Amino acid sequence: MIYNIPFIAVVVMIFIGLYAVLFKRNLVKMVIGISIIESGVNLFLITLGYREGGVVPIFTSAPSEAVKNAPGSMVLPVPQALTLTSIVIGVAVLALMLSLIMHIYKHYGTLDVRKIRRLKE
Amino acid sequence: MSQMSKIVRTLSNITFPFIMIFGLYVIAHGHLTPGGGFQGGAVAASGCIMLLVAYGSTWVFEKIKVSRLSVFESLGALGFIGVAFFGLIFGGWFFNNFLVRNGILFNIVPKTGSTAAEFNTAGVLPLMNFAVGIKVIAGLFVIVLVMAYASSLKEWKQ
Amino acid sequence: MSLRTIVAVVMFSVLAMFFVFTALMLSFGAPMKTEMDDYIIMHTQNETGTNSGVTTIVFDYRGFDTLGEATILFAAVSGVIMIFRRVKK
Repeated sequence: MIYNIPFIAVVVMIFIGLYAVLFKRNLVKMVIGISIIESGVNLFLITLGYREGGVVPIFTSAPSEAVKNAPGSMVLPVPQALTLTSIVIGVAVLALMLSLIMHIYKHYGTLDVRKIRRLKE
Repeated sequence: MSQMSKIVRTLSNITFPFIMIFGLYVIAHGHLTPGGGFQGGAVAASGCIMLLVAYGSTWVFEKIKVSRLSVFESLGALGFIGVAFFGLIFGGWFFNNFLVRNGILFNIVPKTGSTAAEFNTAGVLPLMNFAVGIKVIAGLFVIVLVMAYASSLKEWKQ
Repeated sequence: MSLRTIVAVVMFSVLAMFFVFTALMLSFGAPMKTEMDDYIIMHTQNETGTNSGVTTIVFDYRGFDTLGEATILFAAVSGVIMIFRRVKK
C-alpha cells in the first residue's frame, strides 16, 4: 500500500480543488481551485503509464541494456502525448475564465458570488 | 502598467537573447530530444513576456499592434494545415509523411538501436514543429498583452 | 451548523471514500494492456525515421488530435481579443 503514493497524491489534489470550488465565495479562489483539479488529472494521466525500472522512450544515446530488451524496459509513451494536449487545453480555458472575471469586476464592482445575480442592472 | 527601474530594464535586455536561443533550440530539436513545438513555444513566449513586464504595457501596446501579431499566428496555423494537405496530394491519405524516404530535405532513416543525434532525419516533423512553435509564441504573447493593457485603463468606453 | 453544511460534508466524505478505494486498488508500475505502446516503440525508427517516441505520437501517429489542439488555441486567443474590444479613441 505504500507504493501507491502517486495515486493518493492525485486524490488529495482533486479534493483540495473541489473544496476550493464548492466552499469559497471569491471568484478568483474558485478559478484557482479549477486549476488545481486540472493539475491533479494531468498527474493521474502520467502515472498510469509507468513501468518498474524503465527509461524514457527515446533512442538518442540510450543506454545499451535498455535497447537490448527493447519494449519491456521503456516507459509507455502514449499517456505522455495525451497529457501535452490536456495541459494546453487547461491554459486556454484559464485565459478565457480570467478575462471574463475582469469584465464582471468592471461591471459590478465586487467579486462576491452571492451579489452577482441579476442579468440586467 | 508603467516602466520598471533602470536596473530591471538593463538586466532583461541582457538575458533576453539567451532565453530566445534556448526556446528556439527546444523547438528545432523536437525529433531528437524531449521537447517539440508546444514546449519550446512556451519557453520563448515567457522570454517575450519578461520584456513586456520590464517595459510597461502602455509603451509596448503603442509600438506593437495586435493586428500585426495575429498575422504570425495565422501563418503558423496555415503552415500546419498546408503540410498536412501536401501529404494528401503526394501520398494517399491526410497527414502522410511524404518526406521520409523519397524527398529532398529530411529523408535519412536512422539505424535501429541507440544512435547519435542526426538532424537530417524524420521527414515532415521539423516543419510541423516550427509552424506550431510560431503559433504558440504569437498566441501566448497576444493574450498577455491584451489583458495587461485592459487592466491598466481607468475606465472603459462601451 | 445548518442542514446544508451537514449534507455537504456527508456527501463529500462518501465521494472521498470511493476515490480512495479506487486509488488503493490500482497497480503502480505494472500496466495491464501494452500492445499498442510496444508496437509503437519497436517500429518508430523504421517507419517514421524519428528517434523520439513521444514526438512521433503527437505529430505522426495521432496528428489529428494536434490539429484539434491548434484549433482550441486559436479559439481562445480570438475569444480574449473579442472580450476586450472597445471603441478606439
